[in-house]
Amino acid sequence: MYDVLIIGCGITGAAAAFQLSKYRLKVGILERENDVALGTTKANSAILHAGYDPEPGTLMATLNVRGVELARELCQKLDVPYRNCGSLVLAFSEEERPAVEELYRRGIENGVPGLRLLTGDEARALEPNLSEQVVAALHAPSAAICSPWEYCLALAETAVRNGVELYLSTNLTGLEQTARGWTARTNRGDFEARFVLNAAGVDAAAVHDLAAPHAFDIHPSRGQYYLLDKSEGTRVGRVIFQCPSKAGKGVLVAPTVHGNLIVGPDAERVEGNDTATTGDGLRFVRETAQKSVPSVNFRESIRNFAGVRASTDRGDFILEESAPGFFDLAGICSPGLSAAPAIGEYAVKLLQKAGLALERKDDFVCKRRRTRFKELPPQERGTLVEREPAFGRVICRCETVTEGEILEALHGPIPPASVDGVKRRVNAGMGRCQGGFCGPRVVDILARELHKSPGEIVQDQAGSWLLDRETKTAASEGGMSHV
Amino acid sequence: MYDLIVIGGGPAGLAAACAAWEGGLRSILIVERDKELGGILNQCIHNGFGLHHFKEELTGPEYAGRFGKLLGETGVEVRLDTMVLEVTEGRQVHMVGKSTGYRVEEAQSIVLAMGCRERTRGAIAIPGTRPAGVFTAGAAQRYVNMEGWMPGKRVVILGSGDIGLIMARRMTLEGAKVLACVEVMPYSGGLNRNIVQCLHDYDIPLYLSHTVTDIRGKDRVEQVVVSEVDGQRNPIPGTEMVFDCDTLLLSVGLIPENELTRQAGIAIDRRTNGAVVYENMETSLPGVFACGNVCHVHDLVDFVTAESQKAGAAAAAYVRGGGEAVQGRVLEVKNGDGVTYTVPQRIRPHRVDKLCGLFFRVNRVCRDSEILVTSGDTQIARFKREHLAPGEMEHIDLPRALLDRAEGELTVSIREVEQ
Repeated sequence: MYDVLIIGCGITGAAAAFQLSKYRLKVGILERENDVALGTTKANSAILHAGYDPEPGTLMATLNVRGVELARELCQKLDVPYRNCGSLVLAFSEEERPAVEELYRRGIENGVPGLRLLTGDEARALEPNLSEQVVAALHAPSAAICSPWEYCLALAETAVRNGVELYLSTNLTGLEQTARGWTARTNRGDFEARFVLNAAGVDAAAVHDLAAPHAFDIHPSRGQYYLLDKSEGTRVGRVIFQCPSKAGKGVLVAPTVHGNLIVGPDAERVEGNDTATTGDGLRFVRETAQKSVPSVNFRESIRNFAGVRASTDRGDFILEESAPGFFDLAGICSPGLSAAPAIGEYAVKLLQKAGLALERKDDFVCKRRRTRFKELPPQERGTLVEREPAFGRVICRCETVTEGEILEALHGPIPPASVDGVKRRVNAGMGRCQGGFCGPRVVDILARELHKSPGEIVQDQAGSWLLDRETKTAASEGGMSHV
Repeated sequence: MYDLIVIGGGPAGLAAACAAWEGGLRSILIVERDKELGGILNQCIHNGFGLHHFKEELTGPEYAGRFGKLLGETGVEVRLDTMVLEVTEGRQVHMVGKSTGYRVEEAQSIVLAMGCRERTRGAIAIPGTRPAGVFTAGAAQRYVNMEGWMPGKRVVILGSGDIGLIMARRMTLEGAKVLACVEVMPYSGGLNRNIVQCLHDYDIPLYLSHTVTDIRGKDRVEQVVVSEVDGQRNPIPGTEMVFDCDTLLLSVGLIPENELTRQAGIAIDRRTNGAVVYENMETSLPGVFACGNVCHVHDLVDFVTAESQKAGAAAAAYVRGGGEAVQGRVLEVKNGDGVTYTVPQRIRPHRVDKLCGLFFRVNRVCRDSEILVTSGDTQIARFKREHLAPGEMEHIDLPRALLDRAEGELTVSIREVEQ
């Protein structure tokens, strides 16, 4: 019997698990995919917003500001790449100036520190590559960038280190109310729990409907992106927004913590979890971004991707008890990443109010470190390789990732199960050759360490098979089975 | 302190090291990141290598083997499984290896021979889903020829570069069905002999002026959509063809691997994506040379060998000469009409022995043409060609006497001769 069962291990589920793992509780997470962070968490702008955007008084406003405050310390303690780079919102004409001023007012009301209105020239002095058309800008020094999947992974790993049980590849098929709480039915058997948290992202409405009468719809809104090579990584030093519209915060140009440049997103209503990119969408992103920063060189593109925002018709996060002991943490679109740890805190309070007794653990460990060979000074690199020769074998040459780091991840609290799982943990394959060189080598290491055949190693989620059959086997018409 | 450190033990590095040894250097180190020498040749098990250099047809591993043998007769030191991370001031080479640890070695001269990498899906922004099953042709070649695994059953190939063509044949021979080879340009990017031997001989259709406009499939590629493109390479609506396949191989260009070069502050040519080099393959940093695919992408390994021998001999001459930077007159080589790039980009006439080889590529297919070399308003040389194509590197030799007469710069251009 679990005290709390969390459905979904994206940033919201992981943050809730992390906050709950501070207490003497039996907590479980059910995740449908073979890894954490596989939904919206891995495909977004990677921004920790300052908090001037949400309507004052909303959950979004309160939890955004609180969330980024918590993130600063958490990212440091949990070794999550994080950079407090600040952001600018641009006005390109006198007509847009009031919108920027309105954001300033909202920001003050939401308690965002350090906000300043700039003239076009002042903005260009900060960011020399900005368009000549910029007439005014809002500068928010507290905005930051982070690695969203590593943030999620760090929270989930810390939760697991502190006793939370994570069940991957576990798909929820039903929820039934019992005398003592809930029974969650899955492909891996039943789980009993007193309380259930619904952190199912784009599928949160479907999970809600298993437990309570239909109450809200998720309207998936897709955003497409360009990721550019490090040669473009210093094109801007801050997150560059345009004035927001109803569709969202608009197309931004921003540095990433990994040293690349990210450009996007557009916003388009789609059916379900449709993360395909389109020629039209990518063209729109290119053209719109060049309005802010005309010199962005899209020939340096190394990857395109799209993510789906779990928007709802309510215009705010849905954090509430929807059936006795069943809580929705739903509608977590932007600024969901920014608010995550505060949403986790909020969930703990909701549970406490509903009767969950909270007793702090004395032995809670809020610490995480991983080896980043590339960032070590030469002396330490030498000592490390001497101690553990696997750190002397560079597997990913674009990002200088060593075999030692991959082995470390494979022995971590949530080991990777796929090539992209390795990528999200140690950056192998994230660079300009996109795994062209290291892909086969990572497959090799995974097969060896997981005691599997290379044919069983997947690119990412279950079903994303890489290799068909050994060349020595005769080709057969019917085909071989994968998985 | 080494006389010479060669970064990369592929065909370029091997030829450079051998030539430097012949040139009298006795303290040479090759640093190779893989577990064996030979570079990409090791996975190129098809034949067609060596026709120019050895006057016989060899496979890639055989070609590498010949050089391995030559190298074995020298005293060149080799560090395998070792990756160079950085080249810093004073020709300090930082490297790391499983057995050698983290080391910084100093050299009087350096040859950059890191080769190139493949352009990816992201570089050309193919829209669609992001399932498994999209591979660069070289990665697929590694799986098939080195690891012994087939990456798929039903294959579409985008790009008609040589590796793509070779893989069309290879996948077919291993039992896969190659449905189409798709090329965005109106002509093939590969060698003509590969079009014939790898596509025509296996009845694999080649769609020129077409490209992939959508990739479909959630977990693994299920379909790719191919569309015809107009003169500006924009897809033409209504021309879509859908192929049911599980694999898309990309052979959409190679990019010289110059991160070390950039870090070291060496001038890069935007057109070759490689270092700007002088007639002896010396870069803008005295004593540092570049050769092979890291300098510009070649079609044939034989030419890589020739160019790298030149670089190795020049490194030896540089060290023998006491590391003096070369002074004197420099001719800038400019790209005229029809020419995409030239190597070298700079010539010091007084350093040319008898002939200065000049490599270049054209930007369109031309029949019955003249290659014109001019300096100012004066034409100093003219060469006739029956056929020129972007996929085939061109080569001319300029006599020293002509170079001595040139002023300031040389322009290489193409003129098509009216029939």
